[in-house]
Amino acid sequence: MTTQTQSLYRWKDDPVLTVEHLSMRFGGLLAINDLSFEVGRGDITALIGPNGAGKTTVFNCVTGFYKPTEGRIVARHGKGAQTEAVDHATRTGKRWHKSGEGAVFLLERMPDHEISQKAKVARTFQNIRLFGGMTVLENLLVAQHNTLMVASGYTVGGILGLPSFKKAEKAAIKKAVYWLEHVGLVDRADDAAGDLPYGDQRRLEIARAMCLDPQVLCLDEPAAGLNPRESADLNMFLRYIRDTHGTSILLIEHDMGVVMEISDHVVVLDYGVKISDGDAAAVKNDPKVIAAYLGVDDEAEIDVPEVRQDLSGAKGVPHE
Amino acid sequence: MSGPGLVSAARTPNASQGAESRMTRALREASIAGALAGVLGFFFLALRTDIVTGGLEVTTRWGLWFTAIAIVFAGRLALNLFWFGHSYGAGKTAGRKITRLLPSSKIVGRVALAFALILPFFFMVLFPNRDRQYIDLSILIMTYIMLGWGLNIVVGLAGLLDLGYVAFYAVGAYSFGLSAQYLGFGFWTALPMAGLLAATWGLILGFPVLRLRGDYLAIVTLAFGEMIRVVLINWKSFTGGPDGVSGIPKPTFFGLEIGRGSGSFGDVFGLPYEPIHRFVYLYYIILALALLTNFVTMRLRRLPIGRAWEALREDEIACRSLGINTRNTKLSAFSTGAMFAGFAGSFFATRQGFISPESFTFLESAIILAIVVLGGLGSQIGIVIASVVMIGGIELLRNLDFLKQIFGPSFEPAEYRMLIFGLAMVVIMVWKPRGLVSTREPSATLKEKKLIGADQIAQGEGH
Repeated sequence: MTTQTQSLYRWKDDPVLTVEHLSMRFGGLLAINDLSFEVGRGDITALIGPNGAGKTTVFNCVTGFYKPTEGRIVARHGKGAQTEAVDHATRTGKRWHKSGEGAVFLLERMPDHEISQKAKVARTFQNIRLFGGMTVLENLLVAQHNTLMVASGYTVGGILGLPSFKKAEKAAIKKAVYWLEHVGLVDRADDAAGDLPYGDQRRLEIARAMCLDPQVLCLDEPAAGLNPRESADLNMFLRYIRDTHGTSILLIEHDMGVVMEISDHVVVLDYGVKISDGDAAAVKNDPKVIAAYLGVDDEAEIDVPEVRQDLSGAKGVPHE
Repeated sequence: MSGPGLVSAARTPNASQGAESRMTRALREASIAGALAGVLGFFFLALRTDIVTGGLEVTTRWGLWFTAIAIVFAGRLALNLFWFGHSYGAGKTAGRKITRLLPSSKIVGRVALAFALILPFFFMVLFPNRDRQYIDLSILIMTYIMLGWGLNIVVGLAGLLDLGYVAFYAVGAYSFGLSAQYLGFGFWTALPMAGLLAATWGLILGFPVLRLRGDYLAIVTLAFGEMIRVVLINWKSFTGGPDGVSGIPKPTFFGLEIGRGSGSFGDVFGLPYEPIHRFVYLYYIILALALLTNFVTMRLRRLPIGRAWEALREDEIACRSLGINTRNTKLSAFSTGAMFAGFAGSFFATRQGFISPESFTFLESAIILAIVVLGGLGSQIGIVIASVVMIGGIELLRNLDFLKQIFGPSFEPAEYRMLIFGLAMVVIMVWKPRGLVSTREPSATLKEKKLIGADQIAQGEGH
């Protein structure tokens, strides 16, 4: 029990990303209602919930694809909650505030491209969005656009063929190769991304997001459509990203095997509301979660031992 | 171990059956096509009515009718047997086949360049009587190549369908025409200014259309193109309205005029003046401008900005998730493309010596776009081929007198040239729906350069 409270404190104490009172309304539909949660620095946080619970909407709000109706989303570089800096930025109406100990970014105020460029929050998509007509290598170079753009002197230096740009491009290719090696695609670097098999495309999309050197990596169903072996490889790869690069990961996932195995922290959504929040073990046994997944009425007690067993085994959870 | 044997034994009869069915299918389809041609052509070809005193007179032309049917039958048969047969089920291997052709496409480019460099002398030596006409045609084709390359940045690379490209061509032409008229600018002073002005207009017109997607984008660019033309017509006090601007100066050679008299190019270099010099000089100017366009485009493709353009064509949302400012990226594509149209426009003004809004109608935009689409979106060499085919083809069809011998002396080939031309375009687009050169050359390679097949390449907005 003590370890649980400690880890609970960790994401509260050192959150890389906080979502506060987030609401998103589409016309008459309230897709997310007053949602708050933290993503701990260096944690793998899973956002789960039945279909239509609003998980992808949360992602779209965090990465700037939607402007939330209400709420604050803060990304932090550097240690701690930096409450003062956050308050300062909120009061002054600035989009971010940099101080000696780090920087805070108010994501709900920033356009999508600034979120990945400045706040270093990268994402992948549920339906893979690669540049199919470009090679695998080119996909990873596009991800380094802003770095290369500066190195090319905003194109002028590049047209003149300055050596500094060539050096930067070599470095970019080196970085691309580094990630290609880790997703096992280095032999396919010169093939069109659209020609890759599905599993490879999923991994390439993660590699592409990693080329942004993100602080937070948001993965929308990274294990969808993968076979058990690929799924296990993915788990290892995500752990590697977290351990070696210190990237915090926020993922949406339906595959409970993946979620329970690698998540440090699980947030459960249902109908746009948070129904449970805690480490994997705590969430797994939360009656509200079981109710949401099995469609049992909220008030009713779950008294079916087989169901409990199934859920704790984390295999038989129906996930449409 | 009997597996492979079994498989091959099972395959052999299948293969021969396939060949047989292909032959019968080809025959059947050819017969259907022939029958269709017969039905359709019966009233047009077999019967001819002439108005004579006292009514109509019907003459029959069975020979012509049968010839037409035979041509359709044979053509369809040949297509089925030799053309479609190769593309059936080619699918994945097609890309790899083309990979092997890669060096040859490079060679094609080099040969074309070498030929373009000596082209005026080639015509002067081989066709001394018609050299002026041919060089003039080459200048026209080269202008369209340059315009095609410029539009290729917007449509082919960034995937933004722009139906009003001719507006920037007009801006370039008028900025030279008017600056010559009011300020006395020469071609070389006006050229950079024309490019700059067109690029600025690209920014101005690009800004409001950025939020639009697909068909809407295409329609709004079309409207902007027309707006510029209408302004040129109606702002009579400044632009001269429908009367246009005349007396636009010819380009000088480092301050030397290409013409007669002392202090002219011929005088200084000791060459007797011939009118052809002016054409040759114009040809080399447009060649240099076109090559500049090509060079810059090729360079840009390998730079982050060019890669971002292509990424934008592939998937705009993914671009945004990767920190690319799509607004600026689109604007840069728009204004870069517009700049080259501006250069081409001021060249057009100096070549014609006279410009009027009539030269900048939607048809021009359509022709330039057709060149880009026909050549293959994003392909530089494809645009060269398409320009030669389209512009050269239209001119060639003007003097097809041998057709008179087939269709009778009253047949005027010049009247049918747009029809024939349209047919040819339909044929090309059916045969190669993604343009003549539809493969894409990657902008960066790790080990081995492989071309990317058309089936993977997205076409962007509005296609």
